[in-house]
Amino acid sequence: MATIEQKGMYKAFPRSGKNVSFTHYCPGCGHGIINKLIAEACAELGLQDRTIFVDPVGCGVFTYYYWDAAHISAAHGRASAAATGACRARPDAVTIAYQGDGDLGAIGFNNAFQAASRGERFGCIFVNNSLYGMTGGQMAPTTLDGETTTTTPFGRDPALTGHPLHVCEVFAQLKAPVYIARVSVADTRRIMQAKKAIRKVFEIQRDRKGYALLEILAPCPTNFKMDPLKAASFCMNEMEKEFPLGVFRDEEAREPLAVRPVPQASGCHDLFAEKEAVPAAVDDPAVAERRFKFAGYGGQGILSLGLCVAEAARLERRHTLWFPSYGPEQRGGSANCSVVVSGTPIGSPTVDHPDVLVCMNQPAYERFVGDVKRGGTVIVDETVPVKVAPPDGVRLIRWPAIKMAEEFGVPKAANTMMLAALKKFKCTGLSDGNLEKALVASFKKKPALGEKNRELLRQAEAREHS
Amino acid sequence: MTKFVKSNEAVVMGALYAGCDLYFGYPITPASEIAHGAAKWFPMLGRTFVQAECETASVNMMFGAAGAGRLCMTATSGPGFSLMQEGISYLAGAELPAVIVNVNRAGPGLGNVYPEQSDYTPAVKGGGHGSYQTFTLAPASAQEMFDLTMKAFEMSAKWRTPAVVFADGLQGQMMETVKLPERELPRPDFSAWAAQGEPATRGNLVKSIYLDAAQQEEFNRHLQEKYARMAADAMGEAYLADDAELLIVAFGISGRIARTTAEELRREGVKAGVFRPVTLNPFPREQLAAVAKGRRVMTIELDAGQFADDVRLNLAKAGLGAEAASVKMVHRMGGEVVSVDDAVKAAKEMV
Repeated sequence: MATIEQKGMYKAFPRSGKNVSFTHYCPGCGHGIINKLIAEACAELGLQDRTIFVDPVGCGVFTYYYWDAAHISAAHGRASAAATGACRARPDAVTIAYQGDGDLGAIGFNNAFQAASRGERFGCIFVNNSLYGMTGGQMAPTTLDGETTTTTPFGRDPALTGHPLHVCEVFAQLKAPVYIARVSVADTRRIMQAKKAIRKVFEIQRDRKGYALLEILAPCPTNFKMDPLKAASFCMNEMEKEFPLGVFRDEEAREPLAVRPVPQASGCHDLFAEKEAVPAAVDDPAVAERRFKFAGYGGQGILSLGLCVAEAARLERRHTLWFPSYGPEQRGGSANCSVVVSGTPIGSPTVDHPDVLVCMNQPAYERFVGDVKRGGTVIVDETVPVKVAPPDGVRLIRWPAIKMAEEFGVPKAANTMMLAALKKFKCTGLSDGNLEKALVASFKKKPALGEKNRELLRQAEAREHS
Repeated sequence: MTKFVKSNEAVVMGALYAGCDLYFGYPITPASEIAHGAAKWFPMLGRTFVQAECETASVNMMFGAAGAGRLCMTATSGPGFSLMQEGISYLAGAELPAVIVNVNRAGPGLGNVYPEQSDYTPAVKGGGHGSYQTFTLAPASAQEMFDLTMKAFEMSAKWRTPAVVFADGLQGQMMETVKLPERELPRPDFSAWAAQGEPATRGNLVKSIYLDAAQQEEFNRHLQEKYARMAADAMGEAYLADDAELLIVAFGISGRIARTTAEELRREGVKAGVFRPVTLNPFPREQLAAVAKGRRVMTIELDAGQFADDVRLNLAKAGLGAEAASVKMVHRMGGEVVSVDDAVKAAKEMV
């Protein structure tokens, strides 16, 4: 006769610091039988070295004392989520989640359901004894109509609590699972069938076929308040009426879906290194910090204009920071971004008082013009009526960016026209070469447009301005 | 090698250089770019991205992946971070390494997607059940989003406790230049305790349960001793602090506002300096005390004063009662950001 270790169990169970040779399950409990069947299947298939059991909270919590394999003891309801993590982390392992009906059917239903829907490569063994066992015999989603539990002391009333949840039938609506079945351990014949089904769950994992769910009806004499024979009989007669045994899905022969290939990189460097590496910024305290704000409507290319100035600054080896509108000022369908360029590391990223403000619309102009620093510059599109004067000592430039872009037949290039103004009126402190280089680089996906915009930039800059 | 990147993307890059193999996440503004970057780059390096059904799932997927001995992460913002707290407690209770990035938005409740630092307490003190601690880092730039994410993996593996990268909605969106390291970090070996589904790890058990009260207490003592040793890895940064009469203490994005504020104050004749905790847990108490001694202290923060209270506590614990009593705060909430003008004004009123 095989020893307990040959049947997949540890030789002794060190519960509460003592080595014992019996499990913690009550006499007549289905878990004890199921635990033995699982250990046997794992050992008989030679899978103990490869198996990761994900243990539940509930009566199954101590399976790690019994099954000789590796174990992860998950949070209540989360064994399927943890098993997802484990099987993704270790695709060559055999991952088995063990869950109860409160655990899987109630608190963790969505985790189990979504894992099944994704077709995660683990097997879920789901013990349905129609109530919460460990916690004290409360109603579970699987409690039968009229069944008495500690939270349905007058019997489960479907008018208030609905009807028993059929987990297999619900999961059978999903496309991904390979195997879904319900068995029982209430008598010898059923135990033999359960053993075959448990083996199948392991085989599916061994062969990396996909997701499998096996529901096992189990008697709970303690909480049924019945002797083991009556509890088994309740399990066969009452529970099976509600939860018929059977195979709901068996597609073990189906080829698992191949993962679609995506472009591969050989490492982080290969993935992230730029073709033309830009050297890091250099500290130069002689270079005064310059703060820019660009504002207008979404779609006017405001964010790209800011990025273009930022890129030019980076090429010039300045400390550079760009960020899109932040906080409640973002409201109202407008877009704005800030750029800070400095010879020393940048402190506050917010641009409360810009040195340079570029506005493409009236609301932006009126919102920000009062904030501009003395000695600063405001460039505003000519179409914007200037009803508010800029603060004293601030230069105002009205520039026909939108009009010029339309005249050139490229209305989308209004932001390039604004860049022309920044360059023409020497607002950036950055070299002409780098501004142009940054502009061309901003069209790197459409190089022809880059050259076209450089040409438009030069033409716009050459235009007389009063 | 440098790269001009959005801070949220720098997080993903840092994680990949650190050897993170799995990303589990549920999208939420303003952290979603992290999921977007991970969804693209993890598979390109043969690593795993899983979009979870909720944040509870994300954190428990991490429990399984970390339990199976792999480096893993998630990123979220306030509401999602709240949902993860039970799982973070489990990670700490099972002594599992994992990295959680919280890009703080305004709360409570749905709040809005603009920056706050109001998740300070759960991010720094442990927001779940039981006496546990996370290793919490507070980046202030794209470079630190990269570097401190890498550091988070290193510290999380070293101390076997979850690490939190605590950022905010403003810096998540910022683009700055990041210097990338020469090479990736090697994978740590967790086979001594992890459930890897390999012959060497058969019999390993990852759990947070000790049914016996004496054993549970002993485990708690072990954790507390570990957290006390963790203090050796506290980090902070002082700026213009040597001759300062006023010390501004602020972390993350507020730390940068503090920097500009101190520079402005010095232009106006007020000797101001800055201390910026880079780790919030362990808190760099000794480093703070060294520069705060005999100074008035002002905090800049985007919360209701949770950080100022922690500064007071740390000053008091360092024996600087008078300095603790001097702490004044300038703060904004709801997605508004403290302006340098307001901070300068508040500082001048103090000196």
